[in-house]
Formats: sequence, C-alpha cells, structure tokens
Amino acid sequence: MAKQHVSFNLNGKHVDALVEPRELLVHTIRETLSLTGTHIGCESSHCGACTVDLDGKSVKSCTVLAVQADGAELKTVEGLADADGLHAVQQAFIEEHGLQCGFCTPGMLIRAYRFLQENPNPTEEEIRWGMSGNLCRCTGYQNIVKAVQTAAQTLQQA
Amino acid sequence: MDNAAEVQEREDSIKGVGCSRKRKEDARFVQGTGRYTDDLKLPGMLFADMVRSPYAHARIKSINKEKALALPGVHAVLTADDLKPLNLHWMPTLAGDVQAVLADEKVHFQYQEVAVVIADDRYIAADAIELVEVEYEELDVLVDPHRSMDDDAPILREDLVGKMDGAHSKRVHDNHIFNWQAGEKEATDRVFEQAEITVKQEMYYPRVHPCPMETCGCVASFDKINEHLTVHLTSQAPHVVRTVVSMLSGIPESKIRIVSPDIGGGFGNKVGIYPGYVVSIVASIVLGVPVKWVEDRMENISTTAFARDYHMTGELAADSEGRIKALRVNVLADHGAFDACADPSKFPAGLMHICTGSYDIPVAHLNVDGVYTNKAPGGVAYRCSFRVTEAVYVIERTIDVLAQKLGIDKAEIRRRNFVKAEQFPYQTCLGWELDSGDYHTALEKVLDAVDYEALRKEQQEKRAQGELMGIGLCTFTEIVGAGPSRNCDILGVGMFDSAEIRVHPTGSVMARMGTITQGQGHQTTYAQIIATELGISSDEISIEEGDTDTAPYGLGTYGSRSTPVGGAATAVAARKIRAKAQKIAAHLLEVSENDLEWEVDRFKVKGVPGQEKTMKEVAWAAYNNVPEGMEPGLEAVDYYDPPNFTYPFGIYLCVVDIDKATGETSVRRFYALDDCGTRINPMIIEGQIHGGLTEGFAVAMGQEMPFDEQGNLLGNTLMDYFVPTFVETPHWETDYTVTPSPHHPLGAKGVAESPHVGSIPCFTSAVVDAFAHLDVTHMNMPHSAYRVWQKVHELGLDQHA
Repeated sequence: MAKQHVSFNLNGKHVDALVEPRELLVHTIRETLSLTGTHIGCESSHCGACTVDLDGKSVKSCTVLAVQADGAELKTVEGLADADGLHAVQQAFIEEHGLQCGFCTPGMLIRAYRFLQENPNPTEEEIRWGMSGNLCRCTGYQNIVKAVQTAAQTLQQA
Repeated sequence: MDNAAEVQEREDSIKGVGCSRKRKEDARFVQGTGRYTDDLKLPGMLFADMVRSPYAHARIKSINKEKALALPGVHAVLTADDLKPLNLHWMPTLAGDVQAVLADEKVHFQYQEVAVVIADDRYIAADAIELVEVEYEELDVLVDPHRSMDDDAPILREDLVGKMDGAHSKRVHDNHIFNWQAGEKEATDRVFEQAEITVKQEMYYPRVHPCPMETCGCVASFDKINEHLTVHLTSQAPHVVRTVVSMLSGIPESKIRIVSPDIGGGFGNKVGIYPGYVVSIVASIVLGVPVKWVEDRMENISTTAFARDYHMTGELAADSEGRIKALRVNVLADHGAFDACADPSKFPAGLMHICTGSYDIPVAHLNVDGVYTNKAPGGVAYRCSFRVTEAVYVIERTIDVLAQKLGIDKAEIRRRNFVKAEQFPYQTCLGWELDSGDYHTALEKVLDAVDYEALRKEQQEKRAQGELMGIGLCTFTEIVGAGPSRNCDILGVGMFDSAEIRVHPTGSVMARMGTITQGQGHQTTYAQIIATELGISSDEISIEEGDTDTAPYGLGTYGSRSTPVGGAATAVAARKIRAKAQKIAAHLLEVSENDLEWEVDRFKVKGVPGQEKTMKEVAWAAYNNVPEGMEPGLEAVDYYDPPNFTYPFGIYLCVVDIDKATGETSVRRFYALDDCGTRINPMIIEGQIHGGLTEGFAVAMGQEMPFDEQGNLLGNTLMDYFVPTFVETPHWETDYTVTPSPHHPLGAKGVAESPHVGSIPCFTSAVVDAFAHLDVTHMNMPHSAYRVWQKVHELGLDQHA
C-alpha cells in the first residue's frame, strides 16, 4: 500500500512520518515514533488508555488515522514534564496514589491535563464526568479524583 | 533533642513498615516510561494473529492456507497439523486436563484458536487471517451445564471418551470432569433431618472476566546459535511458565529466560498459559526471529480465562434462635471445554471449602461436580484466592436467607454465629485452621459508624412510603496466601515463595523476589519490610521481580499470596542478614553477641551508651573485617513455606436506593472495614481496597458473559461487558481493625482481594434487602437496571395506584 507523508508537531518537536492510509495514530506514535507511553487497551474508543491531546482536544488515538493528524499539534504523556520537572497532574497522581498498575495512567494524565484547562476549578462531579472516557481497573477512581483536585489547586496557585 | 525523639527521627527516616510511603513505581509510570510487553520491539520481530472459530462446536473439515501464504509479508500459517510433529498441538493444563493449542480436528468453543498467522506487522497479519479458509461442519452445541450429564447430551471431548479416571475422581459421564467433596455427608444430612429450621437457596454466580486494562501478550525470541529462548510475557507466575515451557519444549530451564515486565493489571487473567504464548514460542523457534502476540480486547474477554460460573445451592440447618447447626453446599461448576482452572493441584474446586465463613458451624458438607460445556476454558481466581469469592457468596447469601426466615436482623444472626475471639485458632469443620480474628469487635465498629439502627428506622419509613431502600451486610473471612506445601502445589511444585537480599558494602540493598507486582506496589512495600528489619532506609533498597534469570524461584502473585508468602520470605531473609550482622557487630565492638541490642538501625552494647555500630558500618565491615572463620559478604536467601494460610476478614455494609421506574440501583453508602493484620503501607492498602470494591461493584451490578443457544458469546467488548467508569463508581468509606496473624513473621495477611470477595455478596444483600419485606430472598447477579426493574415489575411495584 502506498505510504503517505504526514508531519505534525509532537510534544513540541516537528515530526515527519510515512504512514499507510489505514494506519492508526496510536500505532504511528508507538511503533514508528517509539513513544510507548500511549497504550492500547481496547482498540474501540472505550477505555481511553490511548488518549492523546490533538489540537487542544482529548482524542483516543486508537480510532484516529495517522493521516488525520497531518499538521496537528499533538501531545502525549511523554510531553507533560518539562525542564522544570513533572507537570502538576503527574505530581498529583503520585501524591494522591492515583495509579497502581500504571497502564491507564498516561491516558488519564493527558486527559486530566486537558480537562483542567477546560475547567480549571471543577467539582468532584464535574471531574467524574469530565474524566469518564478513561477506564481504570485498579484504583476505583477515588484517588484519581483526589489527584485531579490536587492538581487543580496547584495549577490555580501557579 | 532527647533520646526518644532522636530514635523516633531515625525510625521515621527509614520509611519502614507502617509508613504510607509514596510509591517507587510511579515516577516511570507517570512519565510514560513503564515497560509493558507490547512496548518491546526487537530487531526483525514478526507478529502473530489468530484465526478463530466462529462456531462453538464444529468439526474442521479442511483448512486452506494458500491465499494467506500468498499475501506479501506473511511468513507462516500454522495449524494443529504443523504442531503435531512437535507434540505441541495439545498442552497440559494446570488442572490435570489437556487443552488444544490449535484446534485439532474439532473446535470446542467460539473463538477457539484454529490457526496462527505470522506476518511482518499486525496489519498484514490481520489481513491474512481473513484469507485462511476453514471449512466447518457444525455439531450440536452444549451450553447449559445442567444438561452436560444428560444421556443425550452431545459429547464434547472425543479425546477423553471412555477414559473414566479423571485427574481428581472417577468420571460418571463423558462430559463430567470431577466430583469433589469435603466434610461429612451423613452427619450433615442427619442434622438437617432433625433441625428445627432449615433454609435452602439456589443461586448462580455468573461467568465473568477479570478484564485487566492490558490484555495478554508475549514476545518470544529464540536464539538459534546459543539455543536460548527468551520470552517476555504478561504472566503473574513467570517461574512456573519457565518450568512448563521447559517441560513442553525439552529446552533446559537454564536456557529459558522468562521475563514478566511491567504488567497492566492481572486479577487472575494472567495466571494461565495460553495458546498464544505457545504458538509464538514455536514460531520463533521455527522462523529464528522474535515473534510478538498481543490479544485484542475481544480475544481477551472471549478466550483467556474467565472466572466463576458456579451454580450453587446453599442450605443451613439451625435452631429457632438462628444458631447454625449444619451447612450443606452443592455446586455445579461450568468449566468450559477444557479444565484449565488455576487451582492448587489437590483442590479442583479451589478453596471452596472455606464456605463455612466466619461462623462456628459444627458440621458441613460440600459437593462439587465439574462439567464440560462448549465455552472457553478458564476458571481463574478473579481478584480472589481460588474460589473464595464463590464460597463467601454462598454462605453470606444463605445466612441472610436464614435471618429472613426467622425474622432476625441480619447483624444479630451474625453476632449469634460468629467464631468468638477466644476461639482462635479455630478449626473449621471443613478442615481449615482460622489463624486469628475478632469479628464481634469489627461488626460493632461498623454498625456504630453508620448508625445501623437509624438506617433500619429510615428503611421502615421509606417502605411505608412505597420506596425501595436496601441495607446489605457481609461479614466475610478469606483464606489467602497459598500455601503450605503439604497441601498446595502447582504441577508438583510446592507453593512456597522466595526472597534474595544483598546488602552492598556501602549499605544499600538489592533484593529480588519470586513474586511479581501488577500494580500492588511491591517495589515500595517489600523495601519497607527490609527497611524495618535491617535499619536501612527504604529509599536505598531496590526491589526486582519477574526475570527468571535473576530472581529466585517463586510461584508468583495471585490469591493475595505476595504479602503472606513473599513478604514472609523477605522478612525471614532479612532476619538471617541481621543475625549475621549481629555477629560482625559483636566482633567490631569486641563484645559477645548477647551483649548487643538492636535499635532501629544499629546494634548497641547494652548499658554502655555510645558503644554502637550502625547497619551501614556493619555492611562495610562484612566485606573487609569479619570474625575469624566467617565467610565475607552480607546476603541471604529464604524460601518460605508458610505453616498456614492467613485469614483476613472484613465487615462491609452497603446502603442502596432503587428507582422503581428504571430499576437503577444507587449506592448511597458503602462502608468497608478490613482487618489484614499488620499494615505495611496504609496508603497502598487503601488504594487496593478502593480497587477491589470497584471490581466487586462491577461483578455484582453488571458483569456477565451471556451465551445464546448456539454458544455465541453475546458480550465480549467493552460496549457490552461492564467496566464501571468514574461516573457509576460509588464513593468508598474505609476503616480497619488490626488482628495480627500469629504465624506470619510480620503478623500481616493478604488484603487486596478482600474488597472484591466481600463486597459482591454485600451488594446482593443490599439489593435483595430492598425487596425483603415482599418476601424476596435472593436475586441473581448482575443487578443491572433491567434485571432489577424486572423484579420491580414482577412485584407490581411500578404500577400506579
């Protein structure tokens, strides 16, 4: 199958890639670009383990074609921390014990990162609805909710 | 600073047992640098994908690979015929049965593996499986286990026809797997015949799936030159996998390296050895390149190890005061097409005979028949210890029914029947020794915390207004930490576990265990155990597991066995080191060993202030200045064979409100008190309890794997199979008491499965309680809105006056 050229900005860096027209964005990120923080849990948009940030929206990269990301601004979990250290959502997940096996965590973090820009001062109920596209089997969500609340406070104070 | 404060400060700096230390694992996980099986990419690696049967029961008339092999990028298509010369088309199961690796002449369940395609990448492999042409001849399908032993039932396992000596008992029908009994049948029957009160309740514990976020997968890599096999795979028991792979392949264990890297949740799903692993290994050996196989979600739910599927009848005999005189339990167990239950070899129904629960029951009898049906094999312990969940469900449900029949409050009937604190260690009539417990104290603590009387009063008022409010109670005892090798083994290997600890010259520590974390936080908590035993900060202690080339042999992590067995091995190995360190310290201080006392992180000469050596100083000396005749170095290994299981317990209370119009159940309150003995890391314990309660909520309220009459699985995607989101999941309240295990070196018991085991009957108890005033004694799970609405409708509660 003839490959297509795509280019996008990934975690602040310009990236060129050759992809099959049918290739899913999650496979381009994981296999071609070797950023394996974004995980595959269901390949059907249900679990959110593959969530990435695409042009300021949370998307499930298992049901986005790589060619649809041409020209986009993309952020994955690997792009959250910067020279100053961990992002507030990463730090808060550690502080509040918001992760166990870690498999859903990158998707949770990248969703929380976007959610807190959409709603910087959410109630618990708003967090539960705003994060509900991401599944976790380990934590029962309670500490993730706390982590998002903690991150919201940190970001508000910054 | 006074002395006591100084000692406390040293104690705190160690971050040992009892401290809510933040997790060591988290830094890599929050930065996306965890290393899970599917993250591994090796040079030249190919991908495997499965051709699966659309039929539940059919004869394979032909398989045509030509079109698939003609597709560019396809390297091989393997079927049972290709595996036959290697004698790998069937493999032994953990339960003494055999299982087809690839379907041999017949398929026995829908989605069974029929052929494997090996291709350049997963896209080509997916294309190729569509090109493999399989011609089937459909056979009569057996779905209902109650029909398995009918005279006219279709015979599933042609390989077993006439072989009536099963792995665990005589078989009485070709679709019969085993009969297994515990207790005294005649004595129990006699009590029932003479009892003042008897109750009997049938219940079905549905077939469910653990459904971890990460599916199962592996990367097999055979080095033809050195004849060395490396397999990275999602296994909760990597050392056992090495032994099995060696037995199957003939490759010496010394030339097999099994690595369980980071695992995205297990919950029992990753205990078994699956056809995907075997064919990947074969393909790598045949093709000489690494081969990766990773399930998609449908394959995961459909084929790799379901749980439960027990049709149970619980019966209690009691006096008119509700004091239990006998228990009788009958089980029909649907094991699917191959008996691949993951249980200790001697126990085909796992630890089901813990079904006397927290109660002082004089006599009991348990009877279990396992049968074949046209469904996927499995029967793993989904976040529980070998059928404990089923055992707790049957006793907790049945005691509720007894309370209802007698008009005794469900808390009161438990008070009257609990094993009393002074009765421990308590011998159950089905053969277990409950090591410790204090059920009455824990129950009263919960009833006070929720103001139980006020809740019951509110319920009366609600009922008067025609509203449905239910209060559920579950007072469970678990049996975890398999287990003593006298009665627990897997394929003949005793169920000990191990720890190897090395103290470096500068006093830091590297330790390795035979268990494997899947989110439980072993890298954090094992370090805390060593920190307390050796007085070295847990931040300077590195923990490694999962690589069979480096870790000592162990049986792995499932059935809440890591703390009871692996944690015990860790403590004992550390104590061996401290004993040696004490000799070195005595040598350095020129006193007798007996003149020394231990204080947090150092040995002190009794009564001589200032005469002391820290563990760090001793560590250095261990490499250059040891007593005459002592070997240098400071390390130890322990293989811990536990003298008994541990028996954590809990008291759970749940309050629900049910919407009569929709049947939706709203969990207003869930209060969970757990007693796991000594608490190593309270933060992690609480996290584990939240997770277990949420999985219990999922099972009770929505999870099931329904089949139609043709054996088609009707719910194998996350659209159909219930995994609760943030929105459905209730808020959890947790509490604890501490009753240390008398035989565990730290007094600790397992904990992470209690909330799953205990919450499920609690939810059922609450939902049924909402209808109890209408003489409803039981409702089968899952308590989905539709099913609850059906009950509402049946009772006419949705009719307007």
